[in-house]
Amino acid sequence: MAALNTFLWGALPYLAIGLLISGTIWRYRYDRFGWTTRSSELYESRLLRIGSPLFHIGLFFVIAGHVIGLLIPASWTAAVGVNEATYHALALALGVVAGVLTFGGLVLLIWRRRTTGPVFLATTRNDKVMYVFLVAALGTGLATTLINAFGATYDYRTTVSPWLRSLFTFLPDTGLMAEAPTEYHLHVTIALLLFALLPFTRLVHAFTAPVAYLFRPYLVYRSRDVTRGPGTARPRRGWERTGS
Amino acid sequence: MRVMAQIAMVMNLDKCIGCHTCSVTCKQTWTNRAGVEYAWFNNVETRPGQGYPRRHEDQERWRGGWELTRRGRLRPRSGGRLRRLVSIFANPVLPNIRDYYEPWTYDYRTLTEAPTGDDFPVAAPRSLISGERMDTVPWSANWDDNLGGMPQHGPDDPVLARMSEQVRLEFEQAFMFYLPRICEHCLNPSCVATCPSGALYKRAEDGIVLVDQDRCRGWRMCVTGCPYKKIYFNHRTGKAEKCTFCYPRVEAGLPTVCSETCVGRLRNLGVLLYDADRVREAAATPKEQDLYEAQLRLFLDPHDPAVADAAERAGIPLAWLDAARRSPVYDLIATHRVALPLHPEYRTMPMVWYVPPLSPVVESLTATGHDGEDEQNLFGAIETLRIPVAYLAELFTAGDTAPVDAALRRLAAMRAHRRRLNLGDAPDPAIAASVGMTTEQLDDMYRLLALAKYEDRYVIPTAAVGAAEALEESALGGCSLDFEGGPGMGGGHGSGPFGEASGRPAPAAVENFHALRSRATDDRPADAAGPGARVNLLNWDGNGRPAGLFPPRPERDTTDDTHTGER
Repeated sequence: MAALNTFLWGALPYLAIGLLISGTIWRYRYDRFGWTTRSSELYESRLLRIGSPLFHIGLFFVIAGHVIGLLIPASWTAAVGVNEATYHALALALGVVAGVLTFGGLVLLIWRRRTTGPVFLATTRNDKVMYVFLVAALGTGLATTLINAFGATYDYRTTVSPWLRSLFTFLPDTGLMAEAPTEYHLHVTIALLLFALLPFTRLVHAFTAPVAYLFRPYLVYRSRDVTRGPGTARPRRGWERTGS
Repeated sequence: MRVMAQIAMVMNLDKCIGCHTCSVTCKQTWTNRAGVEYAWFNNVETRPGQGYPRRHEDQERWRGGWELTRRGRLRPRSGGRLRRLVSIFANPVLPNIRDYYEPWTYDYRTLTEAPTGDDFPVAAPRSLISGERMDTVPWSANWDDNLGGMPQHGPDDPVLARMSEQVRLEFEQAFMFYLPRICEHCLNPSCVATCPSGALYKRAEDGIVLVDQDRCRGWRMCVTGCPYKKIYFNHRTGKAEKCTFCYPRVEAGLPTVCSETCVGRLRNLGVLLYDADRVREAAATPKEQDLYEAQLRLFLDPHDPAVADAAERAGIPLAWLDAARRSPVYDLIATHRVALPLHPEYRTMPMVWYVPPLSPVVESLTATGHDGEDEQNLFGAIETLRIPVAYLAELFTAGDTAPVDAALRRLAAMRAHRRRLNLGDAPDPAIAASVGMTTEQLDDMYRLLALAKYEDRYVIPTAAVGAAEALEESALGGCSLDFEGGPGMGGGHGSGPFGEASGRPAPAAVENFHALRSRATDDRPADAAGPGARVNLLNWDGNGRPAGLFPPRPERDTTDDTHTGER
């Protein structure tokens, strides 16, 4: 049990994040062509127009909630005058709303994917695996929030959050995480697996969110680069010309 | 002044017979792949008609092109930067596949596998999108071909809708013509402006607008941004694709495939020099009807020494300046002023221009028993036949009939002048003078529009002599991109490990080498994609025996097969 705890809360996070970073770099270097949203809006837009913004915007709130809940120590929020009860109520209210939005959007998107013939046909095995992890991660997260809201209250800011922060110092306090209830264990494990999987799925499009668009001129001119033109492109490793 | 060069095209609509050769050859070169079955980089529309995709000119609905803000600044009609990013999760105005058409193939297997019987077997259409049987094929890229103005289709033409009711009623008898369309390679491209990733770009050397397939993330904003709907979303690779102006050929000094194969020889290609610094200002001209003139003023006279000087300082090669001086495109657009831009009111400053068709006028004259070649008759007819002129004006000059009128008169004058010569009469300078030209100019127009010799139509400088040979090979050697493992082509569903067609695209020459070799030597069918894959006859390269295409062979043929290489 101790070994499992050490692995799950002491090694898995680093493995997952390591894979996330290296996988993303690798994908960006070798599969930029496959780096796309692979949108299916051309086939069906009625449901997508509801489900996709729901899911994505909900996800922003979910991420923001995680950042606040996990990275900001309880002592900081207390210092600005937010006591534990207020924080708890606020976090749960927002968390439930964001979670329901995101999960609802995701369910709608998956339902659309399954029932719209062309969209289902365009779903790869990779997508299906990704959806399993996405649903599991979001589902356990939402369940955790709901249990916390309507069942036994649990202050994760005394265990899960310090554990996560301890990861950054490379001295993970696995004992803290081991104390947390099962639903937290499940959620964290699945989320870590999702992180590890992320670079190898279509989710990579999130890393190239076009924020720079806001700051660039409308028109883009590019020069035809003779040295890197077709036929003169740097060949794949192992395919270089010899004797030149 | 910042001189930039643009390879532009002028199409002489009088000579288009609507044979669709350009569309077919373009398709075979560029879009005979899964994911872009529905895409026609070049299509030929019958006007009046709905066009392809259906009613794409209705910008109230599709929000393409630019608009002027209240402060007189340019903004994409679909909204500014922030609005685009906010709506990025679901593009609110993306055409559905059915607005183009649902691509299909036929169930050929039922023909070859039908048991002997009294009934003829039928190959039912099968959707390439859903894989389902289709009861009927309801629409395609040119479904209303030759049906221009028919009650079923005419009223759906957004251009016609802008004209008065009376005009619309009379229109059914008036005329019809063909309009071949490719990407306009605009000077102020709204697709480029709406691309959040910056994957779409205008090439500085020749003005060709291209999609960087490695940078495109499939946000599909460009599809909305382009008012001509000439950007297509490849639904298999999840990337935008568009007319490339056959850049590998153009770089090698060859005309585009659509131009090369045009049986009417109506396409002209050449270099235009323009002042890039004034593009935005010209596109922001307040009155839509002035946009044509504003764009004309952007073009620089290559014969002007000051322009030549500025061009040299801007790094434009001498060969390009020389080509600009001999450019048929410049002559038709600026010197003779017979070519007009398509929908200048979109403010994208399009660079594929059209010589408006005079033939409907001539035809209706001849039909009434008049001499359709006589200049007085023709001038009179252009004046009386207001409907064709008004329609053409809606297409080419945002509704201002004066430039269309002038262009048609010049064409009429050329006709009348050349007829006199043909009949052995002395040339009458009055004809040319009546349209503000000289007899020599009319002869030059005749050379460009009627004789239209290959070397007069296409004056294309090569991009770089060194690179050209390598490029030529990739452009000419067989079918460009369609092979398994290539950039998103070939193969069946789920080809790459990370979704459709992931993997690194090979450089063009390498890719071409492999494609050619596999075509030439491989005894596998080019499209053997595993169980459930179907053979699209359009794409089949004649190699191999795809399952279901032929009836089974008797076993004893095996020895023959080794000789014929299983072909």
